[in-house]
Amino acid sequence: MNKLPELIFNISKEGKVGYSFSPVPATFTDDMIALDGEYRRNDMEDFPQLSEVEVVRHYTQLAQLNHSVDSGFYPLGSCTMKYNPKVNDTVASLDELSCHPYAPISTVQGNLEIMKTLDEWLCKITGMGGFTLAPAAGAHGEFTGMKIIRKHLSDKGDPRKIVLIPDSAHGTNPASAHFSGYEIKEIPSNPDGILDVETLEKYLTPDVAALMMTNPNTLGIFEKNISKIAEKLHANGSLLYMDGANMNAFMGIVKPGDLGVDVLHLNLHKTFSTPHGGGGPGSGPVGVAAHLVQHLPVPVITKTNDGYHAAYFNKGIGRVKNFYGNFLVMVRALAYIMALGKENIRKVAEDAVLNANYIRKNLEDVLNLQYSSKTLHEVVFSDKGLNVKTLDIAKRLLDFGIHPFTVYFPLIVHGAMMIEPTETESRETLDEFISVMRAILKEAQEDPEKLTSAPHNTPVRRLDEVLAARQLVLRWKKTEEK
Amino acid sequence: MKYFPLTDSDREEIRKLLGIKETSELFSDIPGDKSYYPTDDLPSAVPENELIDGFKAIARRNTFPGYKSFLGGGAYNHFTPEVVKYLSTKGEFLTPYTPYQPEVSQGSLQAMFEYQTMMTMLTGMDVSNASLYDGGTAAAEGVLLALRKARKKNTILIAKNLHPEYIEIIETYMRDLVEYKSKYVDFDPKTGTINPDELEKIVCDDCAGFIFQSPNFLGVAENSKRISEILHAKNAFSIQTITEAMSLPFMTAPGENGVDIVVGEAQSFGLPLGYGGPYLGFMAVKEDFIRQMPGRLVGETRDIDGKRGYVLTLSTREQHIKREKATSNICSNEAWCALRAGMYLATMGKAGLRQISKTNHLNAAYFVKEVSTFKHVGVKYIRNFFNEVVLEVKNMSIDEFTGKLEKKGILAGIPLKWFFKELESAVLINFTELHKKEDIDCLIRAIGELQ
Ligand SMILES: Cc1ncc(COP(=O)(O)O)c(C=O)c1O
Repeated sequence: MNKLPELIFNISKEGKVGYSFSPVPATFTDDMIALDGEYRRNDMEDFPQLSEVEVVRHYTQLAQLNHSVDSGFYPLGSCTMKYNPKVNDTVASLDELSCHPYAPISTVQGNLEIMKTLDEWLCKITGMGGFTLAPAAGAHGEFTGMKIIRKHLSDKGDPRKIVLIPDSAHGTNPASAHFSGYEIKEIPSNPDGILDVETLEKYLTPDVAALMMTNPNTLGIFEKNISKIAEKLHANGSLLYMDGANMNAFMGIVKPGDLGVDVLHLNLHKTFSTPHGGGGPGSGPVGVAAHLVQHLPVPVITKTNDGYHAAYFNKGIGRVKNFYGNFLVMVRALAYIMALGKENIRKVAEDAVLNANYIRKNLEDVLNLQYSSKTLHEVVFSDKGLNVKTLDIAKRLLDFGIHPFTVYFPLIVHGAMMIEPTETESRETLDEFISVMRAILKEAQEDPEKLTSAPHNTPVRRLDEVLAARQLVLRWKKTEEK
Repeated sequence: MKYFPLTDSDREEIRKLLGIKETSELFSDIPGDKSYYPTDDLPSAVPENELIDGFKAIARRNTFPGYKSFLGGGAYNHFTPEVVKYLSTKGEFLTPYTPYQPEVSQGSLQAMFEYQTMMTMLTGMDVSNASLYDGGTAAAEGVLLALRKARKKNTILIAKNLHPEYIEIIETYMRDLVEYKSKYVDFDPKTGTINPDELEKIVCDDCAGFIFQSPNFLGVAENSKRISEILHAKNAFSIQTITEAMSLPFMTAPGENGVDIVVGEAQSFGLPLGYGGPYLGFMAVKEDFIRQMPGRLVGETRDIDGKRGYVLTLSTREQHIKREKATSNICSNEAWCALRAGMYLATMGKAGLRQISKTNHLNAAYFVKEVSTFKHVGVKYIRNFFNEVVLEVKNMSIDEFTGKLEKKGILAGIPLKWFFKELESAVLINFTELHKKEDIDCLIRAIGELQ
């Protein structure tokens, strides 16, 4: 496609109408307006005016410019771009679920049942004592979890000062801990890409509130010292927070609660298949050990003989989100778990790990693997030893209709290429990816220019991000001559 | 299981290639006594047809849809055109992630740029971000933004008639940031609004800003202009919250009133009630706040051939670059909700938004006019509301009042005693364009019968 769709502002024309709705009743006249003149708006000058068909074509043309899970392979590491089952969208769009959040509790028992059921399933899958479904995304869950830790420690007399975070962590971890009032100390991983007990001990001062550990970590490696680490932390009065964004790697295989984890968050928009929506909405439930349940944010759904209720704990951290959280995302996640059932929940992890290892095995002779520990759900290669950069390979992949892996993360891998195939890809898709990757790497030897100038076949070519940041254009403005 | 494309022979061949017998060997780093626990306590897999039936059965346990609802208070039932539902649920919009690879994400990026533009037009501000989680967290982010920008000033003033849940969220966000303080500003119960003269006395030298809502939680417009002037005189920022975005096409834009930061909830733009989420937090600011702003921003640029294109920009504010020094921890946000809101705004267009917002107001105004003859109830603030009004009940308790109406199939409003001691016998009633005149007449009649 050579031409990008015009901005809607440029196809707008005075007098066009794209909607139809009952007119204001004739008896409702303007003299009934009860708003003083100073509060009333007079114009919306440049606001778009389009006909319905123009709106449909505009967004259909835009849709065609997007790569998505529905359109092709999307091995974006750490993001778990698995297939989003359509039946989940169907059930989430049942009109009867779309109630008002302040409806009397007796009129929304179905919705509370959905939340309570999801909560119970998540407890069983993770081995935690209780969940809040309120957080809107992973980072929001981290923030909520750190608040819970802080509340627990404060109630015991001292919130402490420091949160330890391994150098392989996602950027949201330090940011979330910071917004919960903590100082961050970065702690190095060992040559196997995981955290040593000895290293932890060096950092484990009485000031340490918690360790935030991603498991499996962002290298796709299981933190095998986790139980020992939990013991050390607990002996120091510190807590173990687990970033469970990668729970899909061992769902049904091991419960974090059995490993000594005190608080964790899950990403329903990753492990539990809810669509990513171009960057949200997500949902980031937080699970806690039994003794921390009292600190969950409001509201908490409870069940008694006479039905479901929304409870308000006064030892909780307060409210983190309006109403109950991203309810329609929870509905999709529950539908997903129900469709899997006990028969398949473990297969998610098994197939995801088989697929990641299949890619590793087929590319490790041509790409550098900085950490050779066992791979779980994703494999992270480095651009070390190549004559092109990770970015060039990523951009060249676009020409083959494949979405690139996550690039330059985790930071501890030089030129990281973080590949997460997920369990919802066929062997044929993986084979194609592997052969495209091998072809690109061969091309890098023979004709590196082909990579450094890629992509060639996309709707736009490499975009100037420096220009975007230097000459900020963050909105359309009417040009003078028009 | 249809979600797994690998066949048993695929699995077998992969295992052979990897030199293992059992897939479980791949998990050998996990302590053996803890792994492969029995999963028998989980329910069995449900086939697709039964799954749909099952959810329909659960959905039927909600009796809410059988009522005529006049509930608002931060969640509003508005009309959504079919094209918006159709377009927004296209897989190309629903199933990508954050546009990290802009060359194959121009659809999402351009749509987001258009959304940002329409939000700046509606709010009268310079810049809008690409979304935040919801209205309440947007309010909290607005407060933190003002505090960051004000640097040495450490106190935030909070209007007591700001949405009570938003206040709770702000408190949660501020609680552990010990360097910051908050103070409350009472509203005048007679007018339901902040008295600017009182505010003027309270604004102190260490005030970074004042966060208020307009129309406020009691449905009444605040004098944003006066409020902003008072704050500016003390070098403090004016932060306006809007929970009912549908008021924007009908009411003076915050930007015109001198507001510095606008935050709020845009669920009204095409998102279903959805039992409270996902919704759409928004933030729009004056230009000089851009570099301190939280959330994603889409900017225009050129590709190497000089062609126009869009990218995520100013990411040096964000957690993946700045880690603990980022302006916010937000990563995934509500991108799809913003995209859908953009579609809604484009479809309704100038004329549609003006008609719908006016209908909202006139429906509320009609109710106010009609109940003015009743003695047993009274509308507390009879002017300068948008689509929500406070009704005081004088002849019975509020529980009795809402209970009796509920029996007649009406959810009349939100009992304000949930949130305000001083409004023990009042309900907050919301009217949107989806209430037909007959619905409002039905409510009026039912209230009339409670004399
Ligand atoms: C390991 C890890 N932690 C946390 C997050 C943050 O999750 P979210 O984007 O939902 O806030 C992500 C994903 O972006 C992640 O991959």
